[in-house]
Parts: sequence; C-alpha cells; structure tokens
Amino acid sequence: MANADEIVDQIASFGLFADLATPQLERVAHTFEERWYSEGERILRQGISGSAFHIILEGEATVVIDGTERATLARGDFFGEVSILLGEPPVADVVAKRALRCLVLAGPQVQKFLVDHPPVMYRMLQAQARRLRIANRWRS
Amino acid sequence: MAELSDRPFPPGEYPVIVIGSGPGGLQVASRLRHDGIRHAVISADDAPGGMFRRWPFFQRLLSWTKPFAPVDRSDRAYERYDWNSLLGEEPASRTLMPDLMDGSSYFPSRPEMQRNIELFAERAALDVRYGCRWTATRLEETATGSRFVLDTTDGEYRAEVLIVAVGVAEPYRPATPGIELAAHYADTRPAESYADRRVFIIGKQNSGFELASGFLQWARRIIVSSPSPAKLSVNTHSLVGIRARYVQPFEDHVLGGGVTVLDAAIQSITQVEGGLEVRVRPTAGGEELVFEVDEAIAATGFVTPLGDLPDLGVATFGQARLPAQTPYWESASVPGIHFAGTISQGAGGLKKHGQPANSGAVHGARYNARVLVDHLAQTRFGVERERTPIAADDLVDTLVHELATAPALWHQRAYLTRIVSLDPAAGALDEGLAPLAAFIDGAADDGTGDAIALTIEADGTGAIYPVVYARRAGAISEHVIDQDLLLRYDTPAVRRQVGEVVRAFGVAAGKA
Repeated sequence: MANADEIVDQIASFGLFADLATPQLERVAHTFEERWYSEGERILRQGISGSAFHIILEGEATVVIDGTERATLARGDFFGEVSILLGEPPVADVVAKRALRCLVLAGPQVQKFLVDHPPVMYRMLQAQARRLRIANRWRS
Repeated sequence: MAELSDRPFPPGEYPVIVIGSGPGGLQVASRLRHDGIRHAVISADDAPGGMFRRWPFFQRLLSWTKPFAPVDRSDRAYERYDWNSLLGEEPASRTLMPDLMDGSSYFPSRPEMQRNIELFAERAALDVRYGCRWTATRLEETATGSRFVLDTTDGEYRAEVLIVAVGVAEPYRPATPGIELAAHYADTRPAESYADRRVFIIGKQNSGFELASGFLQWARRIIVSSPSPAKLSVNTHSLVGIRARYVQPFEDHVLGGGVTVLDAAIQSITQVEGGLEVRVRPTAGGEELVFEVDEAIAATGFVTPLGDLPDLGVATFGQARLPAQTPYWESASVPGIHFAGTISQGAGGLKKHGQPANSGAVHGARYNARVLVDHLAQTRFGVERERTPIAADDLVDTLVHELATAPALWHQRAYLTRIVSLDPAAGALDEGLAPLAAFIDGAADDGTGDAIALTIEADGTGAIYPVVYARRAGAISEHVIDQDLLLRYDTPAVRRQVGEVVRAFGVAAGKA
C-alpha cells in the first residue's frame, strides 16, 4: 500500500526521474497508476497487443522470450516502452519473479508523457543507449 | 423480540461467508443460492443498499438506465442499456431499475437506486443478517487445512471461504500539513450552506467535480486543485476521468467565469484570521500561490475498509488500498479470501491500451460476482461446469451472436471472455464466462485444449470492436475484428472474419 507521498519518496531516487523537482514528481505519482503482481503472474504477454509501460517500485521480474529467461529486472528498472514506441505487441513475456509493485502508464499516454517531460525522455534515451551498447558487444 | 431470534444466519460454521449487503454482496448471495452453495451473509448495515444508502452526495447516480432501449427489456441484451439492475436468476428479480425511475433523468436518483437494491433482495428472497458487524479475523488450523474465524458483534463465524464485499467507502486524506482543517467529501454539508462562501476543493476526480458542480449557484469562489491535470471521460473513452455530468465547473473555468481549476500540489492548509490559508505549488513550475478561503474540502477519495485483513497478510495497493487479487478475485497473498462488488476492481486484468474494466461500478461488478461464484462452485464445491454443446453448423453464428449482444462482454471489455472449447471428440462446447487474463495465462477452463475466447475491446481512440483469441496446440493468437462505426457486429464481414479463425482449427465453420 502506498499513497502519492510515499511514491514520490520512492521514485525520487530513480535514474529516470533524476532531473525532476518535487512538484513534478508528485504529478508523476498522480499520473501513473500503481499495480501489484503476485509471484509468477505475467505482466507483459508476448504477442498480445495493448500493453503498458512499467517502472518497478519493489520486487523482481524476469524477461522471458519463447520460454527462455533473458534478463532480470529490479527496483528502478522499467520495461514495456519498446513495444509502445514501435506500436507492436511485446516480443517477450515479463513475469513477476516475486511479488512486484509497479508504476504503470498506459501505452496511449506514453508519448504525451515523454514529450511533456523532456528530461525523462533524455534519461530513457540514455538507458536505451546502454542496452544497445550491451547488445552490440554481444554481437562483436 | 421474536424477530431478533428469527434473524437468519446465526453465528456458527458455514462453507462460505459473505460480508456486505450492497450490490456486490447481494449479487454474490443470489448466485450462491442458484449454484446451491450453503452460505451466510452478514452486514453491519440495517438494510440492503451499501453505499447507495448514503451516496452520491448530491443524490443522483452517474450510472444510467434507459427505460426505452433498442431491445426489449425481456432480452438479455437489454442489460447493456441498464447499468443499475442486479442480475436476477428468475424473471421476477430481473431488470428492476427502469420501473422504479420517475422519468426525470436516465440517471436514477439515489433513493431510486436504493429501492432497486432493496427490491432485488425482496424478489430474490435473499436472507442477510443485518446489524451484524465484522470486527476481527483470524486463521485457525483444521484437520484438512485452515479456516477463517470471524469475530462479529453477534458472535463467531467460521468458514473456509470468505467473500468480502464491503465497498471502497472509508474516507481517505493525504498527509498534507493542515489537512485536518479540511472537511472530507463524506462530511460535506447541504449545498445551500455554502452560499457566498469561498471554497477550496482538493482533488480533481468525480467527487471533487461533483461538489464543484453542486456549489456553482451557491459559492462565491470555487478553486479545484490537485497535482495532475483533470481527465475527462469523453477524452479517455472510459469511466476514467470526470464524467460529462460534472464537467460544468471546467467549462466555467476555461471561459473565465470565475471557477479556478489548477494543476498544483497542496503545500499546506493553515487557520488564519477570517478563514483558511491554502498554499499550493503549480506542478508545471512557477511561484507558490496562496488562497484565502472559508472552507476547504478534501475530495481525495476513499480506501477499502478491510479491517484487520492486512494483518492476516492480505496485500493491498494504490491510494484506495485495494486488495491485490488473482484474475478470479482471490487475495493474491491469502488464499480463501475473495472479493466482490466494487472491490473487485483490484483485479485489474489486462487493461489493454490503458482501458480499465468497469468492475468499480455495478454494471461490471455484477458479472464478476457471477463468474466468481461459479468458479468457487466448480473448484471448491464439486459443481460441474455447465458445458452446452454447440452444433458445428451453428458455431460461427453462435459466436457472432455472442459478440454482437452479450452484455457481460460489452460492459467488461478485454476483461471477461466467453470461452468455447473445440474438443476433437466432443465438438464445440460453451464453457461460459471467465476472466480474459485467466484464459490467456492458462488458468481458465482446462487451460490447454483448443478453444476460442471472445471479447469486446476498446483502444482508447473511441473504437469498440470484437477480438477473438484462438488457443491452438497450447499457443494463443489474437485476432482483432474490423471496427464497425455503428457497432454492428452481426454482419457478414464479422461472420467471415470469425469463420476464418474457426476454420484454422480444422473444424467445419458451418454456414460462414
């Protein structure tokens, strides 16, 4: 259970929101919705459209592609943005490894949110660049 | 005092205990009786109705019932136009709302809604032990597992299965400094007592705008403020956001009429000479603003009155402290505790494209309650699922008819689904309604066999369209049916698209 004040305290330390002042963080806390997933529950479903952008507040999640575990995500990590940016269903399942508390923003709201918060967009771009660098290393 | 000893459901042991006598508790009780499951219903109230015995504050609902609709009231499809009647198992307890309305609005008044619920309890002959308040809960070990022990003002109740339908009605206030100087929405006075007053309303959801609407012809000054921008239901295309009924203060604001609608975080409320001082900081940046007002009202929502269930391990989330639930509305952390009525919104489902189900309202929760009870009947009480065979020649027509008319699918979009299994030996069988999340994740029907699941969905752009899910050899695929601007989904185009999905299973697609 968390109210907006507690959420502000939690997300203030997240890289994604590092450049936001408190009133803006409050707005984030009111714009995103909190959801709770139990262990083993699927959050993103490979091939099923209409999924949302998630930021982990507490707990761990596993990225599973065609039944194979590919990565583990934890507090402060986010997922679901790639399928929203590309307008395609997710290419992976994301499953709660243990009880998971997330902030959730519906797919159709993501573009407006990022355009309204350029510092968050820049931080997200940085995170994507890091992921791309890791992927490129794997290839070489 | 004869009637006191005649009160139903005395303390003792029951297979199922239902707590609550609002629409959720009564819908559950009606289905439990239909499915032949022994149970007790207890309620702290004196009479049926739940929150509708008191709210909405200005005494008219946000949920409509259309006395005149495109289909006859005796047709199941009429439920789509009647958001307020509970689902009767017999004709005498069905579609009660329209006959109780006085014709002045298609939103029933609060007393009309209360009467609708009372009449349902009468007609369905539902027993409730009123005036019995649940005070504490514990788990006790038994030979076969464990059961719940409920302390109540009438004594102890024991059951392995609890269904909690107590609404989301405990006033919530944020931790803002000075918030105790603001009245809560629940304590608002009659509108005329705000005549010529300066009123600061905290919260830009329906309750805040409901109050602002009621004060328009009374208050001298109205300020409505919260950190995030107001959403309007006509923009979100869902029940998320301010409903059209309450948009008037917003129009007053945008036309410069004097009402102020602000996106600002409330910093503090303090008592000053002649009233209250409210300090706010706009979320878009800029100087702190200071308002001197006569009244502040916290329209900051409600939390779920779960009593000591969180101490028992029931996980909750969000501002409303809803219990986290499985797709079948069971506590995600304490098995055996289930939820019905508006609390069932805690099982969020897929929320595809951000579109929520209508579980928070009667027209969604009433179907959840039926699916919950039938699921308990099958999984806990050995009641066989009714599986009506569908002749191969009728299959596509049956699926299309369901998509075009089924009220549960139209009200609970991308949330409840109708499953038809396609067993090579048994043929097509109607498996009934289930949560879509349960079907997709293999937790509904048998979970693996070939099957088709039907939904109505929306993507937030205003489009409302059917989706057919096919489970073949254990893998699920999603087939979106083309949108029809007039929402006609019994057309040859739909028949053709559904027929293609069916044919892929190698089943004869009938007259497609």
